[in-house]
Amino acid sequence: MKTYYNPEDLKKFGSIGDLQKSMADKFFAYYAEVFKEGALSAREKSLIALAVAHALQCPYCIDAYTTDTLEKGCDEEQMMEAVHVAAAIRGGASLVHSTQMMNKIKEISM
Amino acid sequence: MKSLKAQLHTLADPEEELAVLEERHPGGADNNFKNHLDRIGLFPLLPTQLEIFQINMGKMCNQVCKHCHVDAGPDRKEIMTRETMQLCLDVIKKEPFLNCVDLTGGAPEMNPDFRWFVDSIRLIRPDIKIIVRCNLTIILANPKFNDLPDFFKKNSVEVVSSLPYFSAMKTDAQRGDGVFEKSIKALKLLNQVGYGMEGSGLVLNLVYNPSGAFLPGSQSELEGEFRKKLRDRFEVEFNSLFTITNIPISRFLEYLLRSENFENYMEKLLSSFNPVAATGVMCRNTISIGWDGYLYDCDFNQMLDLKVNTTHSTHLSNWDSSALADRSIVINNHCFGCTAGAGSSCGGATS
Ligand code: SF4
Ligand code: SF4
Repeated sequence: MKTYYNPEDLKKFGSIGDLQKSMADKFFAYYAEVFKEGALSAREKSLIALAVAHALQCPYCIDAYTTDTLEKGCDEEQMMEAVHVAAAIRGGASLVHSTQMMNKIKEISM
Repeated sequence: MKSLKAQLHTLADPEEELAVLEERHPGGADNNFKNHLDRIGLFPLLPTQLEIFQINMGKMCNQVCKHCHVDAGPDRKEIMTRETMQLCLDVIKKEPFLNCVDLTGGAPEMNPDFRWFVDSIRLIRPDIKIIVRCNLTIILANPKFNDLPDFFKKNSVEVVSSLPYFSAMKTDAQRGDGVFEKSIKALKLLNQVGYGMEGSGLVLNLVYNPSGAFLPGSQSELEGEFRKKLRDRFEVEFNSLFTITNIPISRFLEYLLRSENFENYMEKLLSSFNPVAATGVMCRNTISIGWDGYLYDCDFNQMLDLKVNTTHSTHLSNWDSSALADRSIVINNHCFGCTAGAGSSCGGATS
């Protein structure tokens, strides 16, 4: 069956450099630097990545960071809480815009 | 749950396991472990200095963990006899370069001659390191095992215990219902006699292995996480945490195949092949002894029935240390488990 998303394609991520090498090299070097242990632990960064992956709804990133958080010793409860953080921010971001709606209501209503 | 052997499962046969590891290996023969070693100039894989004598005292166990590479369980009856233990003692006595005797199983404590054996090793080699791989729950399995912490202490045994996670859900999923709670109780009993406590000199190390088809993360990070959680939640102390990669044999292999994770898992091991870890694989300074006295390069080869590659000295009864030093180590695709990422051995990461 033809589908837009194929798990096998994740393995080809590195080959984006075939079409534009220097930018890809810079991106991957930056990526590696970002995920290194720093002021945040590699584990904390992985949980953030898992949450962002859900916010962006990227199936590749969800696969990759589900494995990565498990490898880094996170359990299912922590992982689900991270996804709830993403959901809360997404939901909150919609809801907080309702203040604009309310402003507009006021502005044009008698 | 029964052992694969009791289920008459085809994967209880080492030949069947080796056939899977060869035929379903991603990338085929060109991509096998031998070629990987060849490319970094490490083939044939040779021993360095023999230091560790790892004795598998039998396949009998009170648990039936899903990932067990021994296919151990209560239904396994193969255990070491006192005569074979005596042959072990003869070797330990005459080989001064052995600095560590590592007792494993199954649950080695279930062997009726276990205490006699540990006492005897301590008697002939007062300074040698003795490790017991204790699954923790055995301490509570029967009143006759309740005093094991004191027995370990009396013989200055180093205790190494598996705990796949600091919560019940993940631990029990891998090791069986109720195992986590009992393990915590047993850890507290060990702490009580001084194990894992600062300044006691009594070493309690934990083993972490992933509960599924993924690799262990950084040993130091996981150790920090375990220390914090076990201390805060349960007031349990330990010395070090060893991360161990699940080797694709026996019950873990069966799980990989059943869950259709085999190819992905092997690809992950292959793409994480680390030459430094390959240089430090544990078979280079270890001899593994089977319950029946046969000699192997490691406990995994033992389970695959791959005996040491020597014309003689394949059994304790004709032990010849120079023939063993001259052997090359028997390798196969399961070895990728030892060389992935930071590497894996019975003492944790190797690089
Ligand atoms: S406790 Fe150890 S030997 Fe026993 S079944 Fe579990 S992994 Fe195997
Ligand atoms: S599986 Fe055994 S023989 Fe193979 S690398 Fe690991 S320790 Fe050595």
